[in-house]
Amino acid sequence: MEEQKAIDIHQLTVAYDAKPVLWNTSVAFKKGKLTAIVGPNGAGKSTLIKTILDFIKPVTGQIEYFVGKQSSEYKEIKNHIAYVPQNSTVDWDFPATVLDVVLMGRYGHLGWFKRPRKKDKDIAKEMLVKVGMPSFSNRQISQLSGGQRQRVFLARALAQEAEIYMLDEPLAGVDMKTEHIIMDLLKELTKKNKTVIVVHHDLQTVEEYFDEVIFINQEVLNSGPVSSVFTKANIEETYRQDRNLGEEEDT
Amino acid sequence: MWDQITLLFKDYTFQIVALGTGFLGLLSGAIGTYATLKKESLLGDALSHSALPGIGIGFLIIQSKELTGLLIGATISGLIATAIIQLMSKKSSVKFDSALSLVLSSFFGLGLVIMTHIQGSPNAQQAGLDSFIFGQASAMLVRDVRLIAIIGTIIFLLVIVFWKEFKLFAFDSDFGRTLGFSGKFIEFLMSTMIVLTIILGLESVGVILVSALLIGPSVAARQWSNKLGVVLPLAGAIGFVSGISGTIISSIGNRIPTGPSIVVVLSIFVIFSLFFSPERGMIVKRSIHKKQQKNFMKQIKSLEKEHGK
Repeated sequence: MEEQKAIDIHQLTVAYDAKPVLWNTSVAFKKGKLTAIVGPNGAGKSTLIKTILDFIKPVTGQIEYFVGKQSSEYKEIKNHIAYVPQNSTVDWDFPATVLDVVLMGRYGHLGWFKRPRKKDKDIAKEMLVKVGMPSFSNRQISQLSGGQRQRVFLARALAQEAEIYMLDEPLAGVDMKTEHIIMDLLKELTKKNKTVIVVHHDLQTVEEYFDEVIFINQEVLNSGPVSSVFTKANIEETYRQDRNLGEEEDT
Repeated sequence: MWDQITLLFKDYTFQIVALGTGFLGLLSGAIGTYATLKKESLLGDALSHSALPGIGIGFLIIQSKELTGLLIGATISGLIATAIIQLMSKKSSVKFDSALSLVLSSFFGLGLVIMTHIQGSPNAQQAGLDSFIFGQASAMLVRDVRLIAIIGTIIFLLVIVFWKEFKLFAFDSDFGRTLGFSGKFIEFLMSTMIVLTIILGLESVGVILVSALLIGPSVAARQWSNKLGVVLPLAGAIGFVSGISGTIISSIGNRIPTGPSIVVVLSIFVIFSLFFSPERGMIVKRSIHKKQQKNFMKQIKSLEKEHGK
């Protein structure tokens, strides 16, 4: 029996200023699975998810998205993909409350011009409960700790009620409590047949947290279930020093 | 003194100028909030400084001080300068801050050269063109005020209609794009509003000081509230009051220029807010810090006593 795909990538090549970052990459993300994208710095992990999210136009290759039965283009299913960026990308001194930020997850459903209604606020509050921050609604976002910021971002993505969730290093620099809350929630999502894709940096926890793993270093080297693919040989191959063709890159 | 002010308010010229600078302060205060939140306030400064050569070239082409023509020239050269800054910082090894100050000062220098050249020319029209450097609010005409009012109203309508979208993109533009909103369109609207506001302020406040009007009110207003829905109108109000007070000061005093007076009043607002605001003010923060220090020292001492025994 073949497993259903959520995202299918065919021969993708991505370059910044004629400098290739990802080479001829073909890989599929399975529906309802928790997948880790793993690789050294500068391997193109963030580039891969940014290309999937249409921030970067690939040089060649196609990406197919499966939300219903049929494959779609990004534009058609935009609202079904929730993105959790690295929380360092925004200014947390922005004049907004926690609820304001979580409500932004509803904006896509509202469309142009319409203001959030009570139903949207209820959903946002419900998501704050899920991430363990029910009493933080009216808190100014500059007063949050790193872990709380990450949970607010996750709550915002949850409020989107999407089919596919993409997270860029959600566990970077967060406390243990936050790490467990985030991973439990992501697991819960996959139980509802949602697809979760995580750029992950900590090799120690891959086996504990994830169903699937994708090894990447400028190309996809190995992918599949953690139980069979997460081997010492595959890790060593991905993190080999000379893989980058002698070029040191930084992200 | 009081009689002087009431008399002033009855003066027709004063009414026009105060209305103009008040509107301008209101507009740039409110719109400047987006510029500071998006960390683009320096870009506003670069844009206004590099508008000067455009004003000069605009005058050379149309040979008159027709405001619309000059402002079109200002917009074009300002936009060229910001494009060069973006290009330099992205495509060359020059860092953003170096690119910014380099382009800003060379465009401003070019502007001064062109202005000096025009002053030496026999065209009688040129007198007063150099007021664009420091601004000359007293030269405002009814139709200038009308222009500010019309464009200002359009901009405020846009802010109300796109409130949710502007807030989203000012906070997290990457996330906004993944929600299905056209990032290009929103960013274009926001930059256009900021550029138009700067250009409108050139005549009365001048290329050097206009960015203060953009940044100051929102910096002051941010100190008093944590809600964008309060910060933005409050910044507008601070800009409005500064505009009118600056005009009063320059009208009462002898040969005091309006633009700089407005900026001085505004700076008083900023300094007061930075020190005395109840939550974020430096004085409150200091006293909280002192209190904590005291408590901490007490605890250490009591611990020491216990151990001593």
